[in-house]
Amino acid sequence: MSIKASRSWVFLVMVGVLALALALAACGSGGSGTVTEAGSTTVQPLAEKLAAAFKQKQPDARVIIQGGGTSVGIKSVKDGTVDIGAASRELTPDDPPLAKHLLARDGIAIVTGPNNSVTGLTKAQVRDIFGGIITNWKDVGGPNHEIHVIVREEGSGTRTAFEDMVMAKPEPAMKIMNTAIQLPSNGAIKTAVASDTNAIGFISFGYLDTSIKALAIDGVAATEPNAKNGTYPIVRPLYFLTKEQPTGLVKDFIDFCLSPDGQAIVTQEGYISVI
Amino acid sequence: MAFAPPFLPVTSVVKDMKSRYLIDRSSKAVVLVCATACFVILLAIVVFTLREALPAFRQVGLLDFLFGKEWSPGNKEFGILPIIVGSVVVTAGALIIAVPLGIACAILLAEVAPSRVRQFLRPTVELLVGIPSVVYGLVGMVLIVPLIRQIGGSGYSVAAGVIVLTGMVLPTIISISEDSIRAVPKSYKEGALALGATQWQTIWRVLLPAARSGIMASIILAMGRAIGEAMAMIMVLGNAAVIPTSLLGPARTLAGSIAVEVNYASGVHQSALFATAVVLFLMVIIVNSMALVVLRRGGRVQNVG
Repeated sequence: MSIKASRSWVFLVMVGVLALALALAACGSGGSGTVTEAGSTTVQPLAEKLAAAFKQKQPDARVIIQGGGTSVGIKSVKDGTVDIGAASRELTPDDPPLAKHLLARDGIAIVTGPNNSVTGLTKAQVRDIFGGIITNWKDVGGPNHEIHVIVREEGSGTRTAFEDMVMAKPEPAMKIMNTAIQLPSNGAIKTAVASDTNAIGFISFGYLDTSIKALAIDGVAATEPNAKNGTYPIVRPLYFLTKEQPTGLVKDFIDFCLSPDGQAIVTQEGYISVI
Repeated sequence: MAFAPPFLPVTSVVKDMKSRYLIDRSSKAVVLVCATACFVILLAIVVFTLREALPAFRQVGLLDFLFGKEWSPGNKEFGILPIIVGSVVVTAGALIIAVPLGIACAILLAEVAPSRVRQFLRPTVELLVGIPSVVYGLVGMVLIVPLIRQIGGSGYSVAAGVIVLTGMVLPTIISISEDSIRAVPKSYKEGALALGATQWQTIWRVLLPAARSGIMASIILAMGRAIGEAMAMIMVLGNAAVIPTSLLGPARTLAGSIAVEVNYASGVHQSALFATAVVLFLMVIIVNSMALVVLRRGGRVQNVG
């Protein structure tokens, strides 16, 4: 083969490979009989229980639940990657326009290790602790030890709701201290706080159990009845979001979640029902 | 093509030649396709990353991005200096510990240990090379973070990151350095010993310098793995985007920063993460070039790979 012929041969092969690569990149995915959900880790355990109960009613349906955080849920449903996005905060004008379905309400608990002697704080104290103004437990009635502040990543709905309800007022808004440890889910914060008496963090009511202690805020204990009747100050809505009004299996699943059976599961899991 | 054995009938020789020619041509084609695909993919990754990073560089400004001290996407602030420092500190810390330890262990395995010990240790080291980073991260989070907490701080610290990274790169350095030391021709060692050198003099002044390029290669590989490590670092460093002021304070690495935020970032934030990736590329290139310079100065220019 002459050298000239060799060069054009190489060029043809390169073009062929490039074309194949581009064609493969254009492939999409589909699937029916499946509902996919992603987003808030606060909603995740609740959604998994709802999905399991829904499967008992409609055995040939598949509901896939993923986490990732509120912002992942909003982005994924807007991009069409999933059918339902879960959010654990109010939507803002910065968020893309999506159809909202109020699934439940949820309190945010301020938690610390089970052996910490502090049992309650005022909202102002919580604000100062997370803002880095109060740095030692002895300033709030506890032992003489540095406070280890643990928060969620910036895209977390729980964090955004916490910032709106605790850090933002009174004006000017206080920023969470930048040396706070950032962990990527409710479960991660729970594990970290459970193993460290001097840690403080915030998690959803649905994650509370005996491994951590929820502090009373402004004298009000962190329980579901208190959140439901409005005396507990840090409560936010949990939403299922869809790109447009849902149809088909997605609509069936959301209707089930909002039905008395679904809301009974909501209460059972430690969240506040909307009916 | 003209050397057909005389006793074969002409037709079967022609068929043979045709199929040989076809096999030759098609294997060449397959290899060419694979090589081109590799090259195209690599080029595509680089071009795509650069293109996605441009909006951030334009909007934030190159200097503000590289030397800005505040990384706060919620407030539209994109300065990655603390994250660059975090990456450098954690990588440097891990290498300072792992390189001497790893080379010493390699010398042990290659020259000093009895063969039964080596037969046991060497496969163990190879196994450790293959363990996924997430496992190291898990062990770090569950074991090392609480231990560091006893000393001070919350446990999520530079110290924990350095320990975990050291554990990750040590097996790589050991196994490749040991191979290079073993690859030194026996005549070097025999010559040195014959001239009256002690075992240590032989190792330190003859074998190690001769194995220098392989050892450098292992260090470069280790550095590459350390700089690029995301999963384990997210689990033990605490991800606070601040310049680390103490070993017990939290930090964030470039790769970790991308991994923690990429799922939900959009717009300028997403572009800033791609820009972080470009900085990561550049760091790896700089580090590799420095290593090549050191190698060339050392005299023996061999393929670092």
